[in-house]
Parts: sequence; structure tokens; C-alpha cells
Amino acid sequence: MNLMEYKYKDMIHRCFRCGYCKFPTDWSDVTNCPPYARFRLESYSAGGRLWLIRAWLNGELEWSPNLANIVYSCVGCKNCVEKCPHSFNDDVVNMIIAAKTAMVDEGKIPKAVGEFLTNVQLHGNPYGMAAKRREDWMEGLNLEPYKNQEYLFYVGCEGSYDTRAQGAARATAKLLQKAGVSFGVLGSQEISDGNEVEMMGEDALLEDLAKKNIKMFTDLGVKKIITLSPHSYNVFKNRYPDFGGEFQVYHHSQILANLLKKGLIKAPEQADARITFHDPCFLGRWNEEYSAPRKVLAAIPGATFAEMARNKKGALCCGGGAGNFYTDFLGGSEDSPARIRAREADETKANILAVACPNCLTMLEDAVKTEGLEDKIKVRDISEILTA
Amino acid sequence: MSSIQQELVNIVGEDYASDRREELFTYSKDLGTSQPLWPEYVVAPKTTDELQAVVRLANETKTPIVPLGGGLTLAGLALPQKGGIIIDLKRMDKILEVNEQGRYIVVEAGISHGKITSYLKKNHPNLMHSEPGAPPAATVGGNLAIHGQGDLAHPYGFNTDMVNGLEVVLPTGDIARFGSCAVGSGWYTMHPLPDIGLFLGWNGATGIITKVSLKLYPCKKFRENNMFVVENEEFVPDVLFEISHLGMAEDLIATSSEIPPMMNRLHYISIINTGDSEEELEFKRHMTFDVQLAKYIRSGVGGIVSLYDERTRPQVSKSADWKKGGGFEYVGAIVPVSFYPECYRRGSEISGRHFIPYTVLGRVIGSCHSMMFSWSYAFNRADDATVKHARDALHETDELVMEINGTIWKPAIFGQKLMLERMDQGALRLMKEVKKILDPNGIMNPGNWEVD
Repeated sequence: MNLMEYKYKDMIHRCFRCGYCKFPTDWSDVTNCPPYARFRLESYSAGGRLWLIRAWLNGELEWSPNLANIVYSCVGCKNCVEKCPHSFNDDVVNMIIAAKTAMVDEGKIPKAVGEFLTNVQLHGNPYGMAAKRREDWMEGLNLEPYKNQEYLFYVGCEGSYDTRAQGAARATAKLLQKAGVSFGVLGSQEISDGNEVEMMGEDALLEDLAKKNIKMFTDLGVKKIITLSPHSYNVFKNRYPDFGGEFQVYHHSQILANLLKKGLIKAPEQADARITFHDPCFLGRWNEEYSAPRKVLAAIPGATFAEMARNKKGALCCGGGAGNFYTDFLGGSEDSPARIRAREADETKANILAVACPNCLTMLEDAVKTEGLEDKIKVRDISEILTA
Repeated sequence: MSSIQQELVNIVGEDYASDRREELFTYSKDLGTSQPLWPEYVVAPKTTDELQAVVRLANETKTPIVPLGGGLTLAGLALPQKGGIIIDLKRMDKILEVNEQGRYIVVEAGISHGKITSYLKKNHPNLMHSEPGAPPAATVGGNLAIHGQGDLAHPYGFNTDMVNGLEVVLPTGDIARFGSCAVGSGWYTMHPLPDIGLFLGWNGATGIITKVSLKLYPCKKFRENNMFVVENEEFVPDVLFEISHLGMAEDLIATSSEIPPMMNRLHYISIINTGDSEEELEFKRHMTFDVQLAKYIRSGVGGIVSLYDERTRPQVSKSADWKKGGGFEYVGAIVPVSFYPECYRRGSEISGRHFIPYTVLGRVIGSCHSMMFSWSYAFNRADDATVKHARDALHETDELVMEINGTIWKPAIFGQKLMLERMDQGALRLMKEVKKILDPNGIMNPGNWEVD
């Protein structure tokens, strides 16, 4: 791969490195780009990364493991897309993903990224776990396999395998059952949705996963999908149509908000709860859904709600996107985005940090523990709050 | 790992000190037309103590150091002319104090102007500071090191006229404070102590500013950008003078540019009026247009273009992409307001010779005491020929500024040489002596304001 073969060869030099991309919507600090917040060297800002990528493709710089780490530290949160003032802003993250693709094509990727992609390819999930274990989260729930029900509940890899995220999957399933929603699950047949694979630049694997999923969904007669993860929501809604997969896709926050509105479920009273909400990037900036999870939280009798200073379009990412919940390029520091976010949640004096994404759930739960805040604030998926 | 790199890691931790090529690459390039200049190390201290330790290490090892703020001068002023250590100061970004009644704010110098604006808006909405005419990532320390100017320049002057106190790490690693903070009684004034004036405008060649007390000013509830236009550039100085006589505008800027076409060969004068009520704004509009500028309107040579709320942050970096090329650089000059017509004419000629759409801007500083006049030259970062044209245009413009008896603002090395060639010999000798006393090992941003 060289610059002339690079998809954005006519665009990447247009980044001026002016630094708008570092800010949130309220301009409160230069730390809204997660890797820049973590490392604070210009190479880790969106602009610095684009200049490095161009230099690599131009032959000004040799590839190195450090270069790959810098490129892969981008979590794809789209804060840069939101704040870049230029007409090419929509493609800032795309330019970085295309560089990851170039590295994948040349086999020059960080070891952890290679493990992630290999595991997805071989086992259908990034953890390298057996397909059968995908059903662990369902134990005792009496869930039906998908067979012509109205909705497919697609749980995703984190909700299926991660012990903490399984709690959110279980809570969501219970709420759907309680409301009488007609739904089924794929169980051990489920495979990765491919969102993170694409964010890591593995186009071919995304295509493979998308085609397999589309065939399976189509063969089963799936028309409507509820996702636990905003990452699944994003790729099903925005990328699967490119491969012929047209489905009605809903994030669980949208379904839960609707069930609450119709009175099919009721939120339990939580008079002592003071809740703040962390916007998931793939629900918020990627899909502009900010209201559904807030509607869910607003329906909890007795609870008070407090926004973090950086919220909605200006929210700081937890640092878990683009596979970083697994590869962990941004961990290991008090400046890790998840730890910053945990402290920001604590500043609101909330005792519940609500999330609507299994990645955010695990990232922030770990961060709250590391910050020593676990006695003050609990991290809960919105579904878990409704089943408390 | 070299011993210096090891020492830097010991001081700031391994995440914030690097001698890896990828990190150094980013710091070897400016946003403008300067050729790359590579540092050997980059370090990002968090505290004054860490910064002191870095400076002491550099002084002991006679390693050049270059302080870096937002890196937005475009003129290569934070590129390492002689290698060494880039000190990225953006982690030193705390707000330390706001004295609302005293109207000042004390900050660490690596803080971005965007952060201060945001903080004041949320916590002290009746106060504002002067943001320079730069992206919000520009830092306070960086801006002071180049004698920046921005919002409020018309009533209050340069940003360096708005300083109430300074803390500086000297080239030896010692710390010195200036202003009332030097005698332990707060950060409310630079006066009446003996004038020092050693650190503002020196591009970090005499010391590294670590803390600053900035003057704050009343922030009115409503702002609007009133635009007035004339076709004849000869009218611009008088229009500015007339408006300046009122003493009401928060900012006063004349611009003309080839792109967009509606601005080509016309001169737009942006008059930022503010008020706490509609009545106050209406009064200012009345005084501006019905009284001071009435003669232009009645004679048909000038007109009101628009009156609109100014609520969004200007996106100054957009001009970098006019050629879809991601680059621009400008020469700024401090000149009398009366120079506007000649600066415009000669500048647009230079642009024409280099096939660059002309863009000029003049910001009034003080009550027409002077003007920062800029000539911007866009280029395509991917096209070396356009970069060369822009660079040549910049050099020609530097020479133009000298020819018309202007003063180049934040000159690049080329412009610095032109200025030093013409500088008063007494001032030159003093600069040299001061530099020798303060920085005996010549480690501070060497190559900048260097007197032979």
C-alpha cells in the first residue's frame, strides 16, 4: 500500500492540524479525543494521526510497532468528526480506518489486534471462546430460539461472553419477556456482528460476517432486530444494507423507552437513586440517538438525574470502541478515558452511572473500581436499572 | 535509550517523554510552509516542578529546549532550529483562581483559550477574556510568547497588554514571578514594580511562562456583528477612525478576500457591538451608522451589509482548505491604520503573482493606535509548487513590511533576520546582553531572535 492506492489519497493532506477535533461541544477542554486525553502527545490527536498516516503512506516514515499502536489507539468515537470545521469532517475517522485496512493488508498490525481478528474469524467472537458458551447468559431464562417471532434479540459478543455484560443481556431479555414482546434469540448460532472488525480495518472479515449474518437472518425470516449493543445497532443499520441486508434495527434503549411509554413495563421506584448517563458513541455520535436512554431514565419514579458536563454530542468516549475494550491501548493510567469518565460521573454526585452499551458497562465498571469509587457509584445498564 | 531520554522518563514518566520517531515527526512539522526540523526528544510535563527539572537537565547538558503551546504560530516558531527537546506545555492547563470583582484569572500557561472561554461562560458569564484570532487550541503561554492579539484588541490592545502577573521558569531552572504576585499579595497587577518585560514576545528564548494572571473584562449579554462595506480601500482608515472615536466596539476588523466572490475587491468592516439590553445595542447601532458613518451611507460609497448575532465560534482554520490543500500561512504586520490601502493593494499584487487568491485582514489595536494587518497565502500541502509559491509570497511580504516601515508580527526566522538587520543598535546590544545573562548556555529556543 502506498499513498496513491490509499482510498483517501486526495483528502488526507487536507487536515490542517488546527486542533478543533480535540474539543467537546462546549469547548471545555482539549481532552475529548480519547487517545489524546490519555497520552497528550500530538501524535495521538486526530490531526497528528492523520499526518503520521500520510507520512507512512508517502514513505516519509517507516512502519513501526509504535506507529501501529498510535493508529490503533483511535477508538472511532467520532468526536473529531463532530468538531472538525472542514468540509471533509465526515471522513476523518474513515481516513484512520482506511489506514488500519492498509496495515491489515500488509500484515502489520499490533499483536492484540491480530488476536482479536483471528478469534473472530475462527470462533465468531473476539474472546476465542466456544460457540456453545454463547448460551451461558441465557441460563434459567427460558428463552426461545428465533423462529418467526416479531423480533430477533441479537445479544452480541460482549453480552454473550463477558460475565458483567451478561447481566445487561439478562435484564433486557427479562424486560422483553415481562412486556410480552415476541422475540427469539440465536443462542450458539450467533456470531460477531462485525462492527469492531470494520473499525479495526478488516474489510474482508466484515463482509464475510455480514454475509453470513444476513443469510442466517434471511433464512430465519428475521425482519426486526433488537440489539443490546450500540455497536451491533450501528453495523446492522448502516453497513448491512451495503451487503444486501435490510432489517428494521432497534437498540434496546429505543425498545425499552417505547415499552415504558405504552405501560407494558414499569420502572421500579428508586427514591435514593441519583443517576447520570454516559452516552455510547455508537448510539450517540454515530447514530444521533440521545433521547431514548434518557427517556428510560426519566421514567424511574423518585430518581433524580444529573448530566455530566460532557454529554450527548460532547460526551467523552469510555475508550472501548474499535476493539479497545479488548486490545486496551488506552489503559493503565489515571488519564485513561474510562477513569476520567468515572471521575466525571462522581462529580455529579450520582450513585448510579447508567450506560446503554455492554462495552461501556465493562470499561466503566473496571474504571470505577480502579478509581476506588465502587462504594459511591454503581455502573448499571439501563435495563438493569429497570429490573432493580 | 539515551541518558537524556532516561532522565526525561524519570521526570515525567514514560508516557510523556519520547524519542521515538513517530512522536518526533509530529513535532518536526509546523502547520505552515516551514521545512521540517526534528527534535531529539519531546516531553510533556504536568507540573512546574517537572518543568523545572527538565530545564535544569537541559541546562546541565547544554541541550536546546523549545517550549510549545498550541503549535499554531504557522511561522515555525516552535520548530527546533537546533534540535534538542520540545517541551509540550499543554498538560499544564489548570485554572488556579478567578477573582470576579478584581476581574482577573490565574491559569497555568499551557491552558487553551477555548477552555478559559468555556469556563468563564459557565461559571462567570459576566466576564470574558481576549481569545486570540486563532483556533481555540491556542494556549495562553504560546500567545503571550508571540505578542498575540484578538478579541477586545480595539478597546484594550495586545494580549500582552492584558497581563496582571507572570511566573516564569528561567533557563537555569529557577523560578521568577513578576507583578503583584512577586510580593505575595495576589495577582491583580503588573504595576507599579520596575518594568521587566523580558518574556513577552521573545518566542520562549528567555524563559518559559508557567503561570499567568490575565485581565478579564465585562461580558455583555448580547453581541452582534455589524458589517459595513466600502468599495474604495482609501475609505477604510477613516471608517475605522470614526468608529474607534465612539470607543464602543469590542472588536474592529477590516477584511477583503478574493474568495468568496461577494468579498472580492470589497472591504468589509466587522464592528462587534455588545450590550446588556436591546436598548444599549440599538443605541450603539444608531451611533455607529446614523451618526459616525452617515456620511458614507448618504453619499452612497458605503453601506450596511448585515447585523447578526455572533454566537458561533469563528472557524479560522477553514481558510486552510480553500484550495482543498490543508495549508495556509500568513504574514502579520503591526502597522498604522492609515497603511490599510497600500497593504491591501500591494498584498493582492503579491497574491496574484503567486496564483493565490488574496486574503487580507486588518484588526484595529487600541484606539487606532495600530493595526495588525495580515496577508494570508493558502497552499496545497500535497503540491510542492504551491507550497513554494506561498513561501515566496511570505518572504516578499516580509520585505514589503520592511519597505513600508511596518513591523513584522511574530516573524518567522526569515522575517526575524530582516527585523534584526534594521533594529536600533542600542536595542540589539541590550537584547544580546540580556540573553547572555539569562541564558548563558544558549539553550532556550536557539535560533529565535538570535543576535549575532
